[in-house]
Amino acid sequence: MKQIPFSHLDDDKQILKSYLMGFVLALTLTLLPFGLVLSDTLGHTVIIAVIFLAALAQILVHLHFFLHLDLSSGERWNFLSLLFTGIIVVIMVGGTIWILYNLGNAMMPH
Amino acid sequence: MSVSETTSIGLTPESESVPMNHERIKTFGFWVYLMSDAILFSLLFATYSAMSRNYAGGPTGKDLFDLYRALAETLLLLFSSVAYGFAMVSLIRGKRGLILLWLSVTFMLGLGFVVMEVSEFLGMIAQGAGPDRSGFLSAFFTLVGTHGLHVSIGLIWIVVMAAQLVAKGLTSSVRSRLLRLGMFWHFLDIVWIGIFSVVYLLGVM
Repeated sequence: MKQIPFSHLDDDKQILKSYLMGFVLALTLTLLPFGLVLSDTLGHTVIIAVIFLAALAQILVHLHFFLHLDLSSGERWNFLSLLFTGIIVVIMVGGTIWILYNLGNAMMPH
Repeated sequence: MSVSETTSIGLTPESESVPMNHERIKTFGFWVYLMSDAILFSLLFATYSAMSRNYAGGPTGKDLFDLYRALAETLLLLFSSVAYGFAMVSLIRGKRGLILLWLSVTFMLGLGFVVMEVSEFLGMIAQGAGPDRSGFLSAFFTLVGTHGLHVSIGLIWIVVMAAQLVAKGLTSSVRSRLLRLGMFWHFLDIVWIGIFSVVYLLGVM
């Protein structure tokens, strides 16, 4: 019964455990990039990679432990709409950044 | 068009092998709204990315952003998400008083977030770094302000649900609205992960 957000609402101990687990992971994935940027000890490329990876991991943690989404979902429509959103976001965000950076470079030669 | 023709298209919920009840259709509808909101935010992120170096000779993220403030805002939102989780646990246990308690904790933490953000905005505008200063600042205020507006609307929704809990009790419709408010609140925390990573952390580097 993990089809929709909050669908396994009959199990209060499981949902409590899920929130506490999610909290610990989210806190770690927040403090890690903040700590790296504030201490500024590693190279910038490494820090930027950690920021993006930690953000992606924390988004998955929130989806799984707070919104209780599951890949092994019996509820196809929630997952399919998430997948569709992902495709739209990749096309539109990727396309926007690609086009505008090229335009910026073409308009303002260094 | 006959009924069998409609269902044979395969797009209606009735054609699912697991029959959708009313509650699940509402949850799914709200989920579709959240996905459309996610597309809206992702385009504001794309705009911000494209504008993030257009300072027009004005202040940069390094000059303006205070990482400790951003961290405090992040923690306020995270704690409020977990507080809402405790409200959910109280909901399953059917304890109305505890739901109200955790809803007020969620509200206070969310209010703290909005107050910090508004004071940050006012401080920036006071030092001449308002949304009209540069393309970077226009994009910053649009992206972060839209998120702040969502959180403020979430705060109003929390007050409305607390009032319904007191007035109507834990009816099935109140319960179902509390679930969707939870989805909304957790979703806003997910958008904030993108903001503190892309805007604040990358901005000061």
